[in-house]
Amino acid sequence: MEPIARPALTEIVQNATHEVFRTMLGMDLAAQPDFVEKFPPPPAEGVVSLIGLAGRWVGTGCVFCSGPFACRISSQMLMTPVTAVGEEVLDVIAELTNMIIGNVKTGLEDSLGPMGLSIPTVVYGKNFTTRSTGEGEFTVYPFSLDGESFEVKICLAPSRKPNLPVRPGFPHSGALQG
Amino acid sequence: MPANILIVDDSAAIRKILQRVLRQAELPLGQIYEAGDGIQALEIMQANNVSLVLSDINMPNMDGLQLLAQIKANPQWQSVQVVMITTEGNQARVMEAVGLGAAGYVRKPFTSDQIKEKLLTLS
Repeated sequence: MEPIARPALTEIVQNATHEVFRTMLGMDLAAQPDFVEKFPPPPAEGVVSLIGLAGRWVGTGCVFCSGPFACRISSQMLMTPVTAVGEEVLDVIAELTNMIIGNVKTGLEDSLGPMGLSIPTVVYGKNFTTRSTGEGEFTVYPFSLDGESFEVKICLAPSRKPNLPVRPGFPHSGALQG
Repeated sequence: MPANILIVDDSAAIRKILQRVLRQAELPLGQIYEAGDGIQALEIMQANNVSLVLSDINMPNMDGLQLLAQIKANPQWQSVQVVMITTEGNQARVMEAVGLGAAGYVRKPFTSDQIKEKLLTLS
């Protein structure tokens, strides 16, 4: 099966992200040029949320934003002021990731066949970085709004394992480094 | 008779949003119950009279399709309507839900109008 062309993946990721932000949050993000992340990003402060993708292609979908922007997103979604990152914010960012990567998965399935999605894992911290332990590199899709940055990252590679039926809820292959 | 509704989603944020949408929908509502997965949902259904279930698919412990199958397999719950509200857009998964007896399907992200319209088609 042929890999999906990068411009097509860019369109899928940007459309999914715009749709989720407009529909659930009434926010219009500005898409910035995407790029391939050759090395793990430098240690950062913020909220990162990871979801595994599995099928004939496997990988990880990830979103990253600062703590204050995560609070702003949460306030907008819950229609109540949220001023600090806590369980409520982590839950909102996990669900936002689920919606974005879930819609990316649906867009990918036309080209890559049926895929399963794991339950999201979300982390808030300082001085951490992320990398995939699988093959392939992350492509980063940056967005901005009022000086804040929101990143969606996708890492996909052909599966080496035989094709098994995919079901939701499997563990993902993302890893965190302190 | 007001409908008792069960919201099943592992995201507390989505449960909160759906609660708000239901309360603003001006429909005859009874109790609104919440569950974080299919197992909790079945426990609530055994203890309460629920007539409508709004359920996510991708959840830990017991997913929405397993929950739907359990509801439809129980003769006491034959009249319970189940609407799936999920990011899952895979056509095979949608057909699986319909085949198991789902009364409707709403994709995330959703607007409150989409939820209201779906509920009105059921009432």
